[in-house]
Amino acid sequence: MNAAILPRPARAAGQWRQSWERLCRHRPALVALALLGFVVLLALLVPLVSPYDYATPDWDELYQPPGGGHLLGTDGLGRDLLVRVMWGCRISLLVGIAASLVSVLIGVLWGATAGYAGGTTDSLMMRIVDILYTVPFIPLVIVLTVLFGRSFLLVFVAIGAVSWLDIARIVRGQTLSLKNREFIEAARALGLSNTTMIVRHVVPNLLGVVIIYATLTVPTVILFEAFLSFLGLGVHAPLASLGTLISDGANHMKSHPYLLTIPAVFLTLIVCSFSYLGDGLRDALDPREQR
Amino acid sequence: MSAALLAIRDLRVTYRTEAGGLHAVDGVNVDLAPGEFLGVVGESGSGKTQLLLAMLGLNAPGARIEGSIRYRGQELVGAGERVLGCLRGARIAMIFQDPMTALNPYLTIGTQLTEGMRHHQGASRAAARRRALELLDAVHIPEPERRFAQHPHELSGGMRQRIVIAMALICEPDILLADEPTTALDVTVQAQILALLRELRARTRAAIVLVTHDLGVIAEVADRVLVMYAGRVVEQAGVQRLFEHASHPYTEGLRRSIVPLAGPLPARLPSIGGNPPNPAELPPGCPFAPRCAYAFDRCGAAPPPLAPVAPGHLRACYYDGPLGRIR
Repeated sequence: MNAAILPRPARAAGQWRQSWERLCRHRPALVALALLGFVVLLALLVPLVSPYDYATPDWDELYQPPGGGHLLGTDGLGRDLLVRVMWGCRISLLVGIAASLVSVLIGVLWGATAGYAGGTTDSLMMRIVDILYTVPFIPLVIVLTVLFGRSFLLVFVAIGAVSWLDIARIVRGQTLSLKNREFIEAARALGLSNTTMIVRHVVPNLLGVVIIYATLTVPTVILFEAFLSFLGLGVHAPLASLGTLISDGANHMKSHPYLLTIPAVFLTLIVCSFSYLGDGLRDALDPREQR
Repeated sequence: MSAALLAIRDLRVTYRTEAGGLHAVDGVNVDLAPGEFLGVVGESGSGKTQLLLAMLGLNAPGARIEGSIRYRGQELVGAGERVLGCLRGARIAMIFQDPMTALNPYLTIGTQLTEGMRHHQGASRAAARRRALELLDAVHIPEPERRFAQHPHELSGGMRQRIVIAMALICEPDILLADEPTTALDVTVQAQILALLRELRARTRAAIVLVTHDLGVIAEVADRVLVMYAGRVVEQAGVQRLFEHASHPYTEGLRRSIVPLAGPLPARLPSIGGNPPNPAELPPGCPFAPRCAYAFDRCGAAPPPLAPVAPGHLRACYYDGPLGRIR
C-alpha cells in the first residue's frame, strides 16, 4: 500500500507529489503512516536480532512477566513473547496486504469490465457476484481446510475469494457513473479499443476510491485472519499470528493478562493505523481537493 | 455524389421509448465536400448532436440508425466496431462541447494528445511527442513543452479547448466534427477558438462540421448552413444567402433573435414563442407549424418536403409570402 502513495519520479510525478503533499498536511494519516512504518520495521528486525526464536520452548522460563531477560515476558512454554508478537505482526500484515491486493486486483478488473460493458455482460457478471455472496464463508473455509489440509496459502485464497466481491460492486457503480462522463466519450471518439479504454481511462479514475477501499480492507482482512486463527483455521501451531496469540492469551486472561494485552495492543495499533491512513488517503487522492 | 467526402442519405436515428419511437433525426440528407465548413444550427433537442454522433456510430445504446452514411463510398451505418474504430479519431475526429469534462483529469496533456496517434498509426513515443508539440504550437499554446507534462486542471478553459482541438487534429483527419465547441467558453475566448478553427481549416484542408445553437457563430465561420428543427433539416443554404434571404419562418425567427450589434436596440428582443415539440409526439404536419406565425391549413396536414427555392438553397415550407411578421 505504502508504495502507491510514495512520490514517484515517473511521468505522473506532478499528481503524485501533490497527493503526497496533501497527505503530509493530514496529521492523523501521517502519524498512522509513521506508526505503521515503525511496526513493520520492528516486525522485520526484532526476530533477526533477538537471541530467542518463536518456536523453541524454554522450560526454565515459563510465564515470565514483562521486563528482565525477556522484554515482554514469556508464554506458557517459555517462548519469548516479543519475538512471537513480531512474528504475529509479520504474518498478519502479510495476510492483510497480500489478500487485499489480490482482492483489489480481481475486484477492480471484474467491476470495471462489468460496468463498462453494460447490458447482458454486466448482468451476468454481477449475478455471479451475487451468487458468490450467498456462499457461507465459514463452512467454505472448513470444507477447504478438510480438503486441502491446513495451509497458510489457504487463508489467502479464502479471504481473497470473498473480499473482492465488495470491491467489484463499488467499482462497477463508479464505472457506471464514469461511463457517462464526456472524456470517456471523447476517448471513444478517438477510436480506442475497449481494453485500452478500461485500463487507461476508467481504472485511473477509480484509483482514489480503490486505494481508500484497499486500506480499509487491510484491517478487515487482518481481523478476519485473527478470527479464523481464533477458530483454529488459520496458521500452524508453532508459528503465530496476532489472532492465535490473542486466542492463546485469552485462555490465561486472569492469571497472565499481558499474554492477551500485548498482542491485542499491536493488533489495535495496526488496524487503527490503516483506518486513519485510509481516511487521509481519501482526502489526498480526491481530485476535488486540488488547489 | 461521388465527389462528396461524406454522403448522408435519409438518415434516421430512432430511440425506442415507452411512448413509441422517438425520432431524434428524421430523414436527413447532407453531402459534405472535402475542405467544406458546414454549420448546423438548431435549438436544444433538434437532433444536431445525434446527427454528429451517428457519423461516428457513437449514439447511445438503444438507438436505431437507418439510412445511409457513406464516407468515401464506405457505408458506416451498420458497420462493425472494427471498421468504425479505424475511422474514429483517425479519419473522422470529434471536438467536444465542454473542455472542462472532455479531458481525463488523471492523465497528462501529453499522454492524452498522443494517445490517438500511437493507437492509430503505431507511432513511437518520440514521434508522437514531436507531432503533439507541433500541434500545440499550431493551436497557439505558449510553452508547449511545459504544457505537455501538465494535467488538465492546471490549464484554463480556453487552453483546454485548444488541447481538445489539437487532440482531434493529431491524426490529420478528413472530417472534423465540432459539437458546440464554443458554448462553454467566454465570449472573448469563443472568438479566439473560432478564429483558430478557421485558420486550421485553411491549413489542414479538413472538412469541418460545426454544430451550434448560435447563428452568430455560424455567420463567423461556416460556408454552408443546415438549419435543423425536430430532427429534420428545414433550410439549407450558403451562409450569405441564408442571412440575406432566409425563407423558412424558423430560420427567420432565429435570425431575428440575434442581438443587433449596430443600430438601436429593439425595445424587446424578438423570440420564437412556444417550445420545440416533444420528439415522441410530433404533429402530423410541419413540426414547426404550432409555433409558426405564417402557418395555414396545409401545414397541419403533411410535413413539407425539402425543396429548392433557388440554386443551392433548400427549404421545407409551404408558405410563399414575405417574411417579417412577428407573432
